Amino acid sequence: MGKLLVKGNDAIVRGAILAGCRVYFGYPITPASEIAETAAKYLPKVGGTFLQAESEIASINMVYGAASGGVRVMTASSSPGISLKQEGVSYAAGAELPCVIVDVMRGGPGLGNIAPEQSDYNQIVKGGGHGNYKCPVLAPYSAQEMSDFIQLAFDLAEKYRTPVYVLTDGYIGQMMEPVEFGEPKTDFPRFDWALYGDAESKQNLISSIYLEPDELEEHNRKLQRKYAEIEANEVRFEDFMLEDAEIVLMGYGIVSRVLKTVVEKLREEGVKAGLLRPKTLFPFPKKKIAELAQRVKKFLVVEMSNGQMVDDVRLAVNGKCPVEFYGRMGGNVPTMKEVLEHSKKLMEA
Amino acid sequence: MAEKVLKKPRSFYDIYERNPSADKKMPHYCPGCGHGNVHKFIAEALDDFDVADRTIFISPVGCSVFAYYYFDTGNIQAAHGRAPAVATGIKRAHPHSIVISYQGDGDLAAIGTAEILHAANRGENITVFFINNAIYGMTGGQMAPTTIVGQKTTTTPYGRRPQNEGYPVKIAELISQLEAPVYVERVALFDNKHRAKARMAVRKAIKNQVDNLGFSLVEVLSPCPSGWKMDPVDAMHWIEEEMVKVFPLGVYKDITKEVEPYHIEEFKPEAEEIKELLDLKTESKSFARSTVPEKYKNPEIKIAGFGGQGVLLLGAALAQAGMLQDYHVSWLPSYGPEMRGGTANCHVNIREIEIGSPVVANPSILIALNRPSLEKFEPDVQSGGLIIYDSSLIDIEPSRKDVEILAIPSTKMADELGNTRIANMVVLGAIAGYTNFFDLKTLFETLNTAIKRKNLIEINRKAVETGYQFGKEHRVK
Ligand code: SF4
Repeated sequence: MGKLLVKGNDAIVRGAILAGCRVYFGYPITPASEIAETAAKYLPKVGGTFLQAESEIASINMVYGAASGGVRVMTASSSPGISLKQEGVSYAAGAELPCVIVDVMRGGPGLGNIAPEQSDYNQIVKGGGHGNYKCPVLAPYSAQEMSDFIQLAFDLAEKYRTPVYVLTDGYIGQMMEPVEFGEPKTDFPRFDWALYGDAESKQNLISSIYLEPDELEEHNRKLQRKYAEIEANEVRFEDFMLEDAEIVLMGYGIVSRVLKTVVEKLREEGVKAGLLRPKTLFPFPKKKIAELAQRVKKFLVVEMSNGQMVDDVRLAVNGKCPVEFYGRMGGNVPTMKEVLEHSKKLMEA
Repeated sequence: MAEKVLKKPRSFYDIYERNPSADKKMPHYCPGCGHGNVHKFIAEALDDFDVADRTIFISPVGCSVFAYYYFDTGNIQAAHGRAPAVATGIKRAHPHSIVISYQGDGDLAAIGTAEILHAANRGENITVFFINNAIYGMTGGQMAPTTIVGQKTTTTPYGRRPQNEGYPVKIAELISQLEAPVYVERVALFDNKHRAKARMAVRKAIKNQVDNLGFSLVEVLSPCPSGWKMDPVDAMHWIEEEMVKVFPLGVYKDITKEVEPYHIEEFKPEAEEIKELLDLKTESKSFARSTVPEKYKNPEIKIAGFGGQGVLLLGAALAQAGMLQDYHVSWLPSYGPEMRGGTANCHVNIREIEIGSPVVANPSILIALNRPSLEKFEPDVQSGGLIIYDSSLIDIEPSRKDVEILAIPSTKMADELGNTRIANMVVLGAIAGYTNFFDLKTLFETLNTAIKRKNLIEINRKAVETGYQFGKEHRVK
């Protein structure tokens, strides 16, 4: 297949269908509606189901229902909508149901605005709903990665029996770039835990209830072992000019695109800069950060938030070198120029 | 279950292994509770229609949260109020399954009001059993949405007062007002005659789903001796004497004779067909790059004008052409704060190496199609850059002396070609002709993708060609 010039929001839907997703439940919200609209266009064509639910809460519970049936199912929303979905995600994590949730972040708190922010980091990466759970979080930075990561998200969801998030922003969703789509997946395993509406699967129970404290503790320990396994196996990041870097820039999503240009400019000016771009926010590239912290002068974390990921960077750096933060909020994307100026100042200091 | 179960329906487990209590033969419900009756009616119906194997039972939150201890079917436990949404999800995933959503009054008629209303309104082919006992049993006897006026509960210690708590919610009446549901009945469990009626209603509601007729709901007025602080016999009387007055029994809707059964056709396209259906069947075409003067290489382009001038399409066409020549390209429409003020703009990068930020704050090429855009963005243009503007619409000239300027009367040229709307394609040609970035062959191929209406391709080609000649003639020597 040749390359196609498509929007990130389109790439994510067609990528999902190629990955075998045939069921989508969603609710309109700017700036994620385009994903629902694209799903509504393509899913019926391939024998799938698109359903606009009555609420965010209903849609995540429909996802819970379909996921119980062992099929690849997804939903997408934007920050306030994700807040509403958190109950359902907690249930899905507790019942160990694979499903994929896309969050196209917008400005908050409250209604905030519809411009891009990255202020959902904490609610997505740290669990978000009640209980001791986490979900793998993939952070695409291009239309190509929107397509690639949604497919990876389904694979991880099934491999670890967990909800998986794709965390993105309006810029990555709206941007058109060339995308090379993969091949359609057409063979799907039958899971021994799922319900297929037949005699072989009817002994299965999908539930997050463990009445006895010891049992619930054991269930939680099992979940934590799963998260440890995910941390051991699934860390993904991009290393851009880190080899001899003295200052490490860190950011994800649209910010990391800006940072790439900043690194290029800094290098042109003789500053040894590099970019560490997490592709997975959970699991977080802690080891790589710890290793860099031993030898670099500084970290500069740039986010479109009040500084959420920077906490995780600080934990991983563990005091070995200064970790600076530069943030914009409200829907403002840090410009290449302002980050460049800021980085230069830091290196002079 | 208060009554003695002589012969257990097959659709119940023989031994309730999932029940953590020592006695694995007895259900967890209080003596005199109505849940046991309804469970039994359901299990018997599943036996009779021989559908237990393909049944998926959704347990709610409330006293029946552990219904999955008993039913030898597929089981899902759902969050409070969400059972109809969960039922929708699994039914849509496996349409041949028989999905039963079982809910109490707090679950269905308070926290889950939206879910039940909309599942019913969509006519989901599921069966809903609604156990109305006018109280929150599991949490210890608080007011339910169906608590009757004057009824004392732990949260209405002086009795339910309409001034404060409103009136009991009448679900059978509400749901039967919707168009999609095929069968809605309210039954009660206070004597043998009414229990027999309830049993028939349960059967019918399940049969409707087996026959693919659509959404059925049975509301059951059911005793909760513990919540009501009554003995089981008094509880029966209370239903008969008090509840039935507020919640009249009967069939509220039955259109099962009139509706056509659902017909679900499974369609599972093969890989090649999927690609076709997703519009992914494209051959990869590649065109040779032109020799581009150094100053025009790796352009960072901003295109701005009024909405309706084809600004976004012009940008997309540039990106598309770049892609055809194997450049890295990005296209970003104005978004967020930039959208203020009615002007549309987009950012296009065409680059030999990977593109970092897709945002073009300081364009090397500015294409301004109206005056506000020229005024707004002219100062941002890189020194040594290029400004292209529609001189037939913009009555001022750029004042910058450190940039190249190409004034093109594109709207006028488009009018002369017979269609104002192709002015953007005149500009596309002009940029290519002026900078030598793209040849006409590449641009024509671009039009095949960019122009959705095939009968318009010819005139757009003309526009591109005319613009190209103009650009070429105005190249700086
Ligand atoms: S509290 Fe009421 S509804 Fe719950 S089990 Fe006891 S009698 Fe039944």
